Amino acid sequence: MVNNMARLSLTGITKRYPGTIANQDIDLAVKEGEIHALLGENGAGKSTLMKIIYGVVKPDAGTFLWEGEQIKVSGPAHARGLGIGMVFQHFSLFETLTVAENIALSLPKEDGKDLEALSARIKEVSEHYNMGLDPQRYVHSLSVGEQQRVEIVRCLLQDIKLLILDEPTSVLTPQEVKGLFKTLKQLASEGCAILFISHKLDEVTEICEAATILRHGKVSGDCKPQEVSSADIARMMVGDDTPLNEDYAKAEGTTAVVTIKDLNFRSDDPFASPIHHLDLEIKAGEILGIAGVAGNGQDELMSLLSGEETSNANTITMLGQDIGLWNPAQRREIGLAFVPEERLGRGAVPDMSLQQNALLSSSHCGMTKKGFIDFGKVKEYAQNVIDKYKVKCADQFAQAKSLSGGNLQKFIIGREIEQNPKFLVCSHPTWGVDIGAAILIRHALIELRDQGAAILVVSEDIDELYQISDRICAICQGELSPIQKTQDVNIETLGQWMAGSFDKSTIEKSAGESAYVKA
Amino acid sequence: MDIDLITNILYATVRTGTPLILVALGEMVCEKSGVLNLGQEGMLLMGAVVGFMAAVTTGSLFAAVLLAIAAGMLMSLLFGFLSITMVSNQVATGLALTIFGAGLSAFLGSSFVGVGIDGIEPFAIPFLSDIPVIGKIFFQQDPLVYLSFILFGVVFWVFKSSRIGLKLRAVGENPEAANAMGINVHATRYMAVLFGGAMTGLAGGYLSLAYTPLWSEGMSAGRGWIALALVVFASWKAERIMLGAYLFGAASIMHLVMQGTGHDVAPNLLAMLPYVATIVVLVLLSTNHAKSKLNAPMSLGTPYRPQV
Repeated sequence: MVNNMARLSLTGITKRYPGTIANQDIDLAVKEGEIHALLGENGAGKSTLMKIIYGVVKPDAGTFLWEGEQIKVSGPAHARGLGIGMVFQHFSLFETLTVAENIALSLPKEDGKDLEALSARIKEVSEHYNMGLDPQRYVHSLSVGEQQRVEIVRCLLQDIKLLILDEPTSVLTPQEVKGLFKTLKQLASEGCAILFISHKLDEVTEICEAATILRHGKVSGDCKPQEVSSADIARMMVGDDTPLNEDYAKAEGTTAVVTIKDLNFRSDDPFASPIHHLDLEIKAGEILGIAGVAGNGQDELMSLLSGEETSNANTITMLGQDIGLWNPAQRREIGLAFVPEERLGRGAVPDMSLQQNALLSSSHCGMTKKGFIDFGKVKEYAQNVIDKYKVKCADQFAQAKSLSGGNLQKFIIGREIEQNPKFLVCSHPTWGVDIGAAILIRHALIELRDQGAAILVVSEDIDELYQISDRICAICQGELSPIQKTQDVNIETLGQWMAGSFDKSTIEKSAGESAYVKA
Repeated sequence: MDIDLITNILYATVRTGTPLILVALGEMVCEKSGVLNLGQEGMLLMGAVVGFMAAVTTGSLFAAVLLAIAAGMLMSLLFGFLSITMVSNQVATGLALTIFGAGLSAFLGSSFVGVGIDGIEPFAIPFLSDIPVIGKIFFQQDPLVYLSFILFGVVFWVFKSSRIGLKLRAVGENPEAANAMGINVHATRYMAVLFGGAMTGLAGGYLSLAYTPLWSEGMSAGRGWIALALVVFASWKAERIMLGAYLFGAASIMHLVMQGTGHDVAPNLLAMLPYVATIVVLVLLSTNHAKSKLNAPMSLGTPYRPQV
């Protein structure tokens, strides 16, 4: 085999879906021992391309060369047989099975049979690559970073030649990202080709030797990330007409709108994270950002604030009223607005039209009269949201589920902001939204803040939190780190907070259970 | 109460619990793979009527049991085709299957009502049956009861330490992920559904060939539904299904015992016991959401549509 021959080489890959072309005429070559980045915004066609390589989706046209031979991948099992491993963004793990059982499932029968021998191998491999893993633990008891390691080790146990990682860093703390990069570099030096999908340019510049950039389903450029500027790459990703970034002036909050005192919560869901002695104050005219790795109590905190879960009456006070026991509708009436993480299902009813969805959360804003709906007003309100937030949809009678994720998010955020809330709770405001729409959403949040609203943003996107929050903190295992002005917290500190190492004594609260400190 | 009476009650309890065990074990396997088959009652009746008809016409009890199993499997194949291949709603399809089975079995069996056969006879296992009390309760039963012990062992082992069990759980937990791992989700679900059908067919055969060797319309008397409740009651664990089935079995023969011992309690009230027990257990279970969630297959009742 010639040494510089591409391990994987795709030419002219095309995949059409009804109404859209996900991939059009894509060429991609990944060499042995190379970390190759695949860049692009959401909807650029990265996921489809990866699924084609992994055999989950079959292309309509194009050639697939594997180590110089033309083949057709019949399915994931075939791909794995060739030595292709994939770590999905949403892990394909089974929460109620142990690490070893999870891995056994993906291995050929002979290898997966003896769980004890397998456990020993898992230990060995995970130690070789600096990823400590206990094979006996149940997956639901692992952190997201550890779950990702399970996925990676699973791929490594087979004779791996190409490892595909779909946005692997989006769920990790900065420290965990460093560990992952170390592992990847080691793998590449041993000859494994790595396809690294991301939209974070700094990471790509750090570890990738080559990059292919996709835009609207086509290759918009190839480059060596170390040799070109991030701005150039970003330009290839977003096209020529979108502004790349914006800076916002920081503001200082005035009086407290919402006060949370000693909030404790334990859900009866065994996979949920309990909340311990949480104290928090959100002031008028500020954006407070909460960073954290998913599953550390954010969802629980969000539901306690929105009113989907209740707490003791006086643990949450809004505008002088104890609202801990109030239901969501009561809370909305005094000026709370809420953007949940889950868009379809909680943020919007999938089968209902945009107009009806607008009415659902905004009915207290003068849209009903004596129990009757004023359809004129609803129409006006929905249309206003659609126009102002540039929601791409057929019309306001389009079903919520017919919109793309980013467009629906624009609609939901717009719907909430247009209620002129006094307190906006916002979960992952721009997750999965392209750069143009993200800027629009951030702009709207800043504008709302400047009008004097208190805003709480929970996000896993640290860059975004730094950009828009005035004060910042992190949540880990249901406990809140100290809260400080954003400009006073550097990214290392925030990373440590996200991993749970913050001094409990400085935040004046009795530590509930033993704190989780990362070794 | 003397020891003989207690032994007799327990003996009857095992007999009464057996069809529940068979149906519930089958349904558990089915549900573990993510398929909720509410058609148990209909499948049970089909198993019973086909088994009985076969026994009358062929005279072979062995063939009758096999045909009862085949009838259950055929019914479950129909269910599988609709709910797995055609991706229909599992609840609606299951309910339809129950109604269909009840009607079809009544139609097929109409000329067999009142016909008598020699049912499956108890068979005392040498040595074991001589153990005092226990021997009588567990080892002087008919072969189908012994088969239920074996099947329990098989199901228990499959989920405890076999690869197939792991695959089943994976498919019921997260079919997308299982597919990504190269497990054929539809094939696995078909297997589970067919196994459930075979078990229910066997249970039907047990009813009409061993338990009460006769056919009467609707003779399953809600056992399919009790078994469905039993699976939840047992939180998808085979050993708890055994325990629960005998508990339910005991509850349902209580009225006979009470009358036998001369207590004057309305029999209808007592016949209600297993159903009341089911409701009570379901309520108790739902208050402990945390525990039941750990065992419940995550994608239960959700059809899987493969990507193209």
